[in-house]
Formats: sequence, structure tokens, C-alpha cells
Amino acid sequence: MLSIPASCASVVQGLGPKSGIGMPLLNVPFASAASVATGIAEAFKQLGVKGRAVVWAGDGGTADIGFAAVSAAAERNSDVLYVMYDNEAYMNTGIQRSSETPKYAWTTTTPAYAGGKKEQKKDVALIMLAHGAPYVATANIAYPQDLYRKLKRAAEIEGFKFIHLFAPCPPGWSFDPSLTVEVARKAVETGYWILWEYDDGVFKLNPPSTIYADKSKRRPLKEYLKLQGRFAHLTDEQIAELEKEIDKRWDTVLKLAKAFGK
Amino acid sequence: MGLELIPISRPAPGSGGLTGTWRTLKPLVDLAKCIDCGICWLYCPEAVIDWEKGKKISIDYAYCKGCGICAHECPVKAIEMAPEET
Amino acid sequence: MRQLASLKTALTGNYAVAYAVKMAKPHVIAAYPITPQTTIVEKLSEFVAKGELRASFVNVESEFSALATVYGASMAGARAFTATSSHGLFYMYEMLWWAAGSRAPIVMAVVTRTVGPPWNIHDEHNDILAIRDSGWAVAMASSVQEAFDLTVQAFRLAEKAYIPVAVGLDGFVLSHTVETLELPPQELVDEFLPPRSPNAPMPLRPGLPLTFGNIPSDDRIHAEHLKRIYWAHQEAKKAIKEIDAEYGKLLGRSYGGLVERRWLEDAKYAVVCMGAWCGDAEAAVESLRREGVPVGLMRLRFIRPFPDEEVAELEAAEKVVVFDRDITPAGGVLGREVASVLGRDKVVDVVAGIAGVDFKASDFKAAFRKALEAEKGVVLI
Ligand SMILES: Cc1ncc(C[n+]2csc(CCOP(=O)(O)OP(=O)(O)O)c2C)c(N)n1
Ligand code: SF4
Ligand code: SF4
Ligand SMILES: [Mg+2]
Repeated sequence: MLSIPASCASVVQGLGPKSGIGMPLLNVPFASAASVATGIAEAFKQLGVKGRAVVWAGDGGTADIGFAAVSAAAERNSDVLYVMYDNEAYMNTGIQRSSETPKYAWTTTTPAYAGGKKEQKKDVALIMLAHGAPYVATANIAYPQDLYRKLKRAAEIEGFKFIHLFAPCPPGWSFDPSLTVEVARKAVETGYWILWEYDDGVFKLNPPSTIYADKSKRRPLKEYLKLQGRFAHLTDEQIAELEKEIDKRWDTVLKLAKAFGK
Repeated sequence: MGLELIPISRPAPGSGGLTGTWRTLKPLVDLAKCIDCGICWLYCPEAVIDWEKGKKISIDYAYCKGCGICAHECPVKAIEMAPEET
Repeated sequence: MRQLASLKTALTGNYAVAYAVKMAKPHVIAAYPITPQTTIVEKLSEFVAKGELRASFVNVESEFSALATVYGASMAGARAFTATSSHGLFYMYEMLWWAAGSRAPIVMAVVTRTVGPPWNIHDEHNDILAIRDSGWAVAMASSVQEAFDLTVQAFRLAEKAYIPVAVGLDGFVLSHTVETLELPPQELVDEFLPPRSPNAPMPLRPGLPLTFGNIPSDDRIHAEHLKRIYWAHQEAKKAIKEIDAEYGKLLGRSYGGLVERRWLEDAKYAVVCMGAWCGDAEAAVESLRREGVPVGLMRLRFIRPFPDEEVAELEAAEKVVVFDRDITPAGGVLGREVASVLGRDKVVDVVAGIAGVDFKASDFKAAFRKALEAEKGVVLI
């Protein structure tokens, strides 16, 4: 039982009355999905209906306008599986920056001539972890089996589950659609995107990110950035700076894996 | 109940029209080269590739939008994107 | 004769609403604190915590989420309730329209309160009147007993008409004032209010791949949907009267449907008002009648659907004085609504008691006289 807030996902499901996905689906206001899903989960509980409340929401609907509701659902540990597909901007309205847009990236509200976005990306998955949610994971569309396993695992758990899904957007990031999987894969291979999972108190890296804990195994960040027009204006110094930030992110994740490993 | 209280949608195949007509490039499969790995099936965002191990793949051109992901991901380059004839 | 006896007791308006909700046996309640609404949900959370009410009580982080939560629950087939006031109601704004547009049979108590700035928790009707075009049915109680009765009736109405219903009660004047009332036995409430259908407005459950709210392939589908909400409100007028009459038969009290009438048969002048201060208005009208002034009173119980036909009965009166406990840059809301039925020449709109300023029966009398002098237009007190 799906809830989808305003986003590209409200469009790709198709036009009524003849289109729809093969699941029960409620389209809901932009900031409301986590709360609507909570209500659905509570109704199912009271009515004795066997079913899972799932949210499929964008980064804007989750990390920005819907953030209070997402945080509250996590804090309450409401029985909701929340998937945030992250295309790193408001794509539905034509590529405006969100808190998930990475530093220096071009969007229509962070022009390249002014240096792109000034602020760094918000790490929502770690924030969800800090809420004490029983299951939090990152995923990436280049690794569908990993995503499938995580969705299945999350569906077994009662309480709030959060999956942060990396999902490149060809027009929004300016690359040819045929490179969609390639871009997503490069994000992992350069260490920009880290696949991890926190399940039942245990934090661990997931393959193939596991090998990129060793910095020397990572591909240069440039290989990821150069595929995308939104980073075309970056200088070598800026790229070096972003690489340092990636090192910092890895540092945090590795510390968590050490602290909460088996 | 006769009239529904609210407009409800039910999935129907191809209700968005023949989205294959949006295509400018067409994926052509060289089945002789194909090693039957299923990678293109896995990644096709439109789910228009049929694949059963041992039977190789087939593409439903009525709905394939020609994104080229299959061709790019095929490990043996068995798919080629050819300009759509007009 | 029925053997079941009502319980005579004394409660505040807010507790009366909480008892009514408890007896309606909702599945899901979500709300966020705001004065003067808070004690409704405090009481309900107590009922749930003590096991007297089997329901999910969801503590949310905002009113927007309160309504979103009960919306999800209601669409999934649950009976659902929320309550709010003033700023909280306005914080829900987007969800109000979405819920009404989904025909979700939600019941919400609105404990009326001024809208800031400045911060002021006292009574005024601007908050509840501002949602009148959102697609919700909007009602106002005038006593603690009616706050109870109207809340029970609201669930029946919502689940019959598939219109969410807002039940208003005046902040402090009713919400925090103890009055005596009769609590009916649970069996009679159960008989009046059977369990709701989980299949409407749509059956939402695993295995049925139905979608609501996606982009229409043709805007006319949306247009038809909007027109149907209009018709649902028109049809709800009849339902409100029937439900009120049935409630009267079963539980001993009915109020006359969309409006309550007093001394209107021979009235040369009519007073129109809404909410708890109608008690004072009634005292004023009674006193005027004793002085020989042929005046009657029409109390609006519902403003959505609007009682057009009932207000049109006032055609026979020479002058209609509407009391508004609200103010907008165009005057009072009810004054304009009534004038839309009777014409501007017949109606004087008295704006009074705003910002919680006290307004007594004697003030009503004085304002009535002033209104007759004014003949038409807006009189600001
Ligand atoms: C309250 C509200 N404000 C603004 C909008 C307009 N709006 C629709 S989708 C969207 C952006 C969605 O961004 P995201 O959640 O990242 O999803 P994406 O479109 O990128 O898939 C915006 C701003 C809206 N629908 N509701
Ligand atoms: S071109 Fe794209 S849509 Fe067409 S079959 Fe290949 S992956 Fe699927
Ligand atoms: S990816 Fe290439 S080799 Fe694998 S099944 Fe598809 S066409 Fe055949
Ligand atoms: Mg986005």
C-alpha cells in the first residue's frame, strides 16, 4: 500500500483513469506522505488488515518540505517503510536545488556562473539512524539485487524503515539516458555513494562498497563528475575539495561500522 | 454502487499510448552475440525486455522508449542503437 | 419503551466532545496541542491509555500531520478523528482540501479562537469560517449538550455523504465551561452509528491495485469530480435533517436540521447568528419581544452546506440583523452569506465580539437597535 507525494513519481505512474501501478496507491500532498502512511498503518492495525504502508518519495518531499513528518514518524517508530529516491533536486518542477543537491552542482536555482550550490548535501540516512530507526539503508539503482534484498528485509521488520535510494536523473544532471546505470555505478566506484545498512543494531557496509573502504581502490571522483553536465564548471581545486569531503564521509561510516559492527 | 465516489485509476496495459513512438533510437539485438545473461532485462527502466534463461531476450518495441541503457549495459555489446526510420 | 437510561452529568464542552468521540468508537485519533482545543485530545488519549477506548492515538509533530494521519487512516477504512483551533486549523490548510477532495469521512472538532497577531487565545469565528469553501461540512454547536450531539451526528453525516465534517464549538465559552448534559447509553449510540464501510470512498487494501489522486488524462474528469462534491453538499442538506430527526427519535434531542428557529412565525425582524453566543442573543430577543418588538431568531447550525432554503424563509421579515463574531476586509462572513440569499437591502450585518471581546444579552439588544437605525450595510461594534 503505497503513498506518493508530489514528485516525478506522481507523473510517471501515468494518467488516470486507466494508468496505475500494480499496487494500491494514494497520491498525497507534498509534505504529508510519512504521516498519511502512519495513518494507513494504524488503520490496518485496528481493522486487522494485513498490509504494509510504504512511502515512495523524492528527496525534496523527504529531506525538505516533508522532513518534520518523516522525523516524527521515525521518532514514533511508526510501522512504515519509507523509500526516498534521491535525484538530488526538485525535478518535477524543473531542476531546482534541494538539501540533497551536492555541493557545486548546477541547478536552475544554483547557476553555474555563480559557482553552483554552495552548501553540502544533507545526509538523511545518517539522520534517520540517529533517530534510532530499526532499519536504515542506502541503495543505488545500479545494484538492483542489493535494493531488492533491502526492500525484502525492511518489509519483515516492524517499525520505521528508511531506504535512501540513489537515482540519477538524465535531464536534471545533464547526461545521456543510456548512461543512467553507468553514472549510478560510478557514484559507488568513486566512493561518492556508500552502500551500507543498519539492521537490528548492526551497522555494516554492503558490497561492492566494502572494497572502497580502501581509498586506493576508489576510482578518481572526476570519472563520476565528468559524465554529468551539472559539474562541468568545476575546477580541479573544487574537485579535490569534494574528494576530501568524500574521505570525511567514509571516515564517519567506517567509524560507525566499527562501533556497531558485529 | 453505480457511480464511484471519487475518480479511481486501474492499471491497463499501454494506457499511456504507444510510448514506443517517442523513440529516436532503436535497440537492435544480435541474438548470435547475446550470451543470455539478462543484464539488459534487469536494467530496462520500462520493463519492456522479456527474458527467460535459455530463450534469450525479446524487446517490445511498442513501448520501448529507446533510452539505450540496455545497449550500454550489455557486457558483450550485443545490442546496438540504430536511428529510428521515419 | 426503552429501558436504557441516559446519564445526567456536567462536563466542559471539550470533554463532551471527547465523550462523544469515545462513544463513536473511532479507530484512529491524531492531534496536536493548541489552546483551547487541547483538553479534547488529552481526554481522548487518557481513554485510550486506560483501555476505555480501543483506538490508535498518534502523537504527531504538527496539525498538518494530524490531518494527514487521520486522512490516511480514513482512506484505509478507519473511523478517524482530529481536533484543532485557529493557527492549527490554518496549518492544516492544504490537507483540508485534499481530504475533502478525497471524500474522506473524517470528523474534526474546531474549538474556535482568534487568529493572530497578536497572540490571543479567546473566542472568535474567523478560524472556522475560513475553511467554508474547502469542501468540508461546517457546523457550530451552541451548548455543551449540542457539542456532544453534533459530534455523534457528524460521524453519521460524514459516513453517509462522504464529506468530512468540522464541528465547531466556541473557545472557552463552551470548551472550558461546565454545563449539564445527558450522555446517552452506549447501546443507543451504537444503534445510531453503525460501523462505517471500509470500501468507500474507495477500497484501499493490499491486493487491489487501485490508484487515487494521479493526474487525470482529461481535465473534465477532475471537473466532474468537483461538481459531484457540490452536489454531495446539496444532498447533504436533506441528510442533515434526517440524521437530526433520527437522533431525536432514538436519543431524545433534535435541533431542527441546518438551523434552529425561535419566534419566527410572526417576526417582522429576524436575528441570525451562530455558536454559543446565540444563547445571549436568544435572551435579548426574548426581552425585546416582551417589550413588544416582533423579533425572531434563526440560529445557523451549519454554514456548509449553507441553509439557503431556511434563510430564504426570512424573506417575509422586514429586516434581518446578522451577528458576526468574525471580521474580514469585506465585513462579516455570515452577513454576506445571508445577503447572498436575501439581498443587501434587507440585511444589516453586525460585527461584534471579535478578538474574544465579551458580548452580553444587553449588548445584543443595543446592537439590534443600532442595526435597525443603520437599515443596511455593516455595523462594527
Ligand atoms: C506544497 C507544495 N509546494 C510545492 C509544490 C510543487 N512541487 C511539486 S513536486 C516538487 C518537487 C519535488 O521534488 P522531489 O521531492 O525531489 O521529487 P522529484 O520531482 O525530484 O522526483 C515541487 C516543488 C507542491 N506540489 N506542493
Ligand atoms: S532502449 Fe531502454 S526502454 Fe528500450 S529496451 Fe533498451 S533499456 Fe528498455
Ligand atoms: S545484456 Fe546483452 S548478453 Fe545479456 S541478455 Fe541482454 S542482450 Fe543478451
Ligand atoms: Mg528530487
